[in-house]
Amino acid sequence: MSEENTYEPIKKVSIIVSKGSLEGVYPGLIMANGARMEGIEANLFFTFFGMEAIINKKMDHLKVATVGNPAMHMPTLLGSLPGMSALATHMMGKEMEKIDIPPVREFIQMIHDAGCNIYACKASVDMFHLKKEDFCEEVDDVITVGEFYETSAGANIIFT
Amino acid sequence: MSIAAGVKEILGKSLQIDADGNLVNLQDWDEEIAGEIAKEEGIEVLTEDHWKVINFMRKVYSDTGDAPSIRKLTMQSGVDTKLLYALFPKGPAKKAARIAGLPKPKGCI
Repeated sequence: MSEENTYEPIKKVSIIVSKGSLEGVYPGLIMANGARMEGIEANLFFTFFGMEAIINKKMDHLKVATVGNPAMHMPTLLGSLPGMSALATHMMGKEMEKIDIPPVREFIQMIHDAGCNIYACKASVDMFHLKKEDFCEEVDDVITVGEFYETSAGANIIFT
Repeated sequence: MSIAAGVKEILGKSLQIDADGNLVNLQDWDEEIAGEIAKEEGIEVLTEDHWKVINFMRKVYSDTGDAPSIRKLTMQSGVDTKLLYALFPKGPAKKAARIAGLPKPKGCI
């Protein structure tokens, strides 16, 4: 970090989580937590299947996708066998624990305690017939896309 | 240990600092120096809770060679996440490491 630059440091980020697989959810959580660690203001916005990470009944059961992901280097037929996704999820969970990445529920709580606001997308909530009570207590509000942009004033928006 | 990139005067002593401005030598650090670095970071007085975090960080660093993650800090230091951010606003892990006379933490969490 010794090189001279004149760029403005990032002061605020809005992170959108749109996917509900384990590997779809974690990057956004890590970036939100990392932002707060750096003193950057952060908002997390969950939309479509990304909401699985904040729905009380689902957030402890997110799975790694073993089909349709060429980077898994697993033949589709093998990946589709019963239990494969659970096995991959278990293995990834063990590796994450080693480097101190918490399970989803604990991570959401930690990020919220760190001062990051957590929102669910109104359109997705209506589409899936969900209510505020279906979400974990860390969810601050259900907001429209317009409110999301208002909340994001001055922020860099990151879509995951 | 990190590489010296400059020298800084604290309490009349010339101390080596790395590219991030953190102390290079663990033995250069003492509680008075921590107090001075804290002031530079906008923390006027180091309270008992600040010291819990600082001492825990130094202990983990001497055991493992890296400062603890925020998760480890909040689970084991006796200071929870909310308090940690209140004690060290604008980046707790990095700030606490600097005040503790350690290099910037290497982990992402």
